[in-house]
Amino acid sequence: MKNFVATALNAAQVKGASYADVRLDERVQQDITVKNGQLAAVSDDASEGLGVRVLVDGAWGFAGSARLDENEVELVVERAIRIARASARARSVPVDLGPPVTSRGHYRTPVERDPFTVPLSEKVELLLRADQAMGSVKGVTIREGSMEFIRQKKVFASTEGALTEQELFESGAGIEATATSPDEVQNRSYPNSFGRHQGAAGYEYITALQLDRHGQRIGEEAVALLSADQCPSGVKTLILDASQVALQVHESCGHPTELDRVFGMEAAYAGTSFMTPEKLRHLQYGSPKVTITADALTPTGLGTFGWDDEGVPAQRSFLIQEGLFVGYLTSRETASVLGQQSNGTMRADGWNRIPLIRMTNVNLEPGDSSLEQMIAETKDGIYMETNRSWSIDDKRLNFQFGTQLAYEILNGKRGRLLKNATYAGITPEFWNSCDAVAGKSEWRVWGLANCGKGQPPQVAHVAHGAAPTRFQNVRVGILK
Amino acid sequence: MKSMEVSRLTDTGELKDFISGVLQRSPAQQTEVMVTEWDSALTRFANNGIHQNVAERNVSVRVRVVKDGKTGVASINQMNQAAASDVLNRAIAIADLQPKGEVVPMPGPAPAQPVEAWSDATAAATPEERADFVEAICVKAGHAGLKAFGAYSTSAGQLAIANSLGVFHHHRSTQATVNAVIMGDAGSGYADRGAVDVGELDRDELATEVIDKAKRNQNAQPVEPGDYEVVLEEYAVAEMLEFMSFMGFSALAAQEERSFMRLDERITGENVSIWDNALDLSGLPVSFDFEGVPKQRVDLITRGVARGLVYDQLTAQRAGRQSTGHGLPAPNTEGPFAVNLFMEPGTTAKAELLSDIKRGIWVTRFWYVRIVHPKASIITGMTREGTFLIENGRITRPVKDLRFTQSILDALNGTLALSRTTKLQIGEYIGASRVPAIRLKAFTFTS
Repeated sequence: MKNFVATALNAAQVKGASYADVRLDERVQQDITVKNGQLAAVSDDASEGLGVRVLVDGAWGFAGSARLDENEVELVVERAIRIARASARARSVPVDLGPPVTSRGHYRTPVERDPFTVPLSEKVELLLRADQAMGSVKGVTIREGSMEFIRQKKVFASTEGALTEQELFESGAGIEATATSPDEVQNRSYPNSFGRHQGAAGYEYITALQLDRHGQRIGEEAVALLSADQCPSGVKTLILDASQVALQVHESCGHPTELDRVFGMEAAYAGTSFMTPEKLRHLQYGSPKVTITADALTPTGLGTFGWDDEGVPAQRSFLIQEGLFVGYLTSRETASVLGQQSNGTMRADGWNRIPLIRMTNVNLEPGDSSLEQMIAETKDGIYMETNRSWSIDDKRLNFQFGTQLAYEILNGKRGRLLKNATYAGITPEFWNSCDAVAGKSEWRVWGLANCGKGQPPQVAHVAHGAAPTRFQNVRVGILK
Repeated sequence: MKSMEVSRLTDTGELKDFISGVLQRSPAQQTEVMVTEWDSALTRFANNGIHQNVAERNVSVRVRVVKDGKTGVASINQMNQAAASDVLNRAIAIADLQPKGEVVPMPGPAPAQPVEAWSDATAAATPEERADFVEAICVKAGHAGLKAFGAYSTSAGQLAIANSLGVFHHHRSTQATVNAVIMGDAGSGYADRGAVDVGELDRDELATEVIDKAKRNQNAQPVEPGDYEVVLEEYAVAEMLEFMSFMGFSALAAQEERSFMRLDERITGENVSIWDNALDLSGLPVSFDFEGVPKQRVDLITRGVARGLVYDQLTAQRAGRQSTGHGLPAPNTEGPFAVNLFMEPGTTAKAELLSDIKRGIWVTRFWYVRIVHPKASIITGMTREGTFLIENGRITRPVKDLRFTQSILDALNGTLALSRTTKLQIGEYIGASRVPAIRLKAFTFTS
């Protein structure tokens, strides 16, 4: 396979590329779903191919193919070169990649137990035990549990001399109980929504979740939500659980700090950003309690790797420092426009896609409070847990989120259960109202394996470290 | 140069031989093979220039086996003998290693109505042609003092599905789509087009629409949130229908009591009719589904009354009826999906939809729509790239984008008029909708 790398790079240079890189990518994925006490789906998917990215006359071209033979590699390079020449006819400014990147080495996700060596029966039995626990609760109408395991081998090489090899693993699992009535559908899931909780780790990650110990609780909560009171409308203190904070960070800080969005490269699809360059080091994005980093070195994070898909080493950088907006997620091309160097966030969704700026592990750094303390200090508020719906405008300012479960907080105590809870706000106002973040003991890394961006569409697997967090004067309960 | 760019798809005979080989080699009681192959290219532009430009050739071979009452599914993106053995062996291994489960029945052979969805011109589109198209839009935007952003793609593909009960269906298709956002210093406009034949994409007409919208949408000022009479352009209507399909048109959603559909009851205004028909050549036609079942037209809402649901093999078996040809690829726990939606047009010219609105909002498109309450069909989202205030029957000024939180059924219950023209909206991942623009009595904007 690696012979193809040299073939492609040589051919690209011969045909006139001023820069070229090649990615060989081989991925296997196993998905298992148990539903209502039965094994509903098991699939085992494999994909491999090669992608070639070239710069000709200052413009990009990319082509990829699943067919791996010498003749096809030549055709792929030829196609990428021709596309780049066509791009050059209608480009705006020539691409400047900044200083060369010459990374070399191997990286492998730390894995205690390779998930592909764990018998299928062991995985299915765990899901069935969790299913049974959910099924023990009267009124649960749909039970579902799933697991996903991914192994990806990547080779990256460039005409600048970079050559990196990586073997990345992911393991994920989750369960969900649904209860229905003539007017309501209520879900509770564990550990997170979106199907499962996923991390860059081996099967030990699944074992630690103890899915079977949480089935009964989420079943009971789903049923209780059917008869719970509607979340009231008003302006209140809001406390979010860590998983909802993770999504809030994702949507309102991760995406708007992607520098390609800022430069309009996603304007016709994912949108732009309110965090424009003149605001860098001037915008008070949040309160002093708010420090957010992009950290591709976070253990078990889905954005943890050795090098990004431009060969830039994994690293940690600040996006928000004690509330001040101080940095972007960058690529080589976009960083050079600001006179900076890439902080290593370019990732592609497989061999057949170009790398885009993607979140790595964008983390809200832990604070010094605790969930218990936050509740005790709150006179009139709402506690919300586990995302149910999420929506934000194309500049990442106006958002509305809904959660599966909520509790009223009155005079420092957790009160009645509430259903259909939502909250809404404007990004900088919201983060400036943050007055407490829980500490390290409640801080966890949450994997999101469904981040969409780009045309053609790409899905990135990213993560966010987060802990329970409190906000003041938030509009809650939009639903009539 | 042109001939080299003609999309390279496997010859139909070769494809059939490959599939037959897998079926013959399988030791399982039942085997299904699905092959999807595509050759696609996309040219992306921003700030009046091309900034990304890509092409891809890929294939997926998906094998489902049923052995001793157990199912295994595996896939691979290679189409050769080694890959055939590998994918079959993995599917068998999965089936052997698992406990018995509910088996999704495979269909027997049935004729599928052939539909034409192929254009040689689309399959042969070159990077230079895509660059010319994009450049023309960028130049027009530049002349207007504006900036163009968007993507233009052409693709060709084929889908074949066969099983050991004798099913073999094959479908070739092409698709060309373009979307454009034009921005000024203080606002933007949006337009898109999609077709089977690239020749139907009129770049001048597209550029005129989107530049006009961008010019009119500068310096938008806020308007008070609240309930407004609205005109929704086709972009927004199509998205609303897609969410209806996602939340309620599937038999699985109904069987699991998650759907808003109350069959034989009136659930929208009497002037609303919605159906799914993959055989209609004015949509994005296909003659069979991903389980190898011929497509049927399904009337979903007829003159306001909920009339039908779409079924796949599993939900049909549970209901004791036949699949309507709306199955997704195995293994599928999401249920059937209506992806070829049509909404009956009305009799009003689109430009006249606002003619007697005293105070209302004109919405070009929605953005980031999400489900808030599936059973009540409540969604939330933002308006984007062209939201205008209507006063006394005409658009008076652009307004800042608004967030809405709205029950779709409640909104459609107040359908006052529908345009007599319709537009084809191609979905981002699968299928397409053909819809009119509509005028609704009330729509709730929450911020």
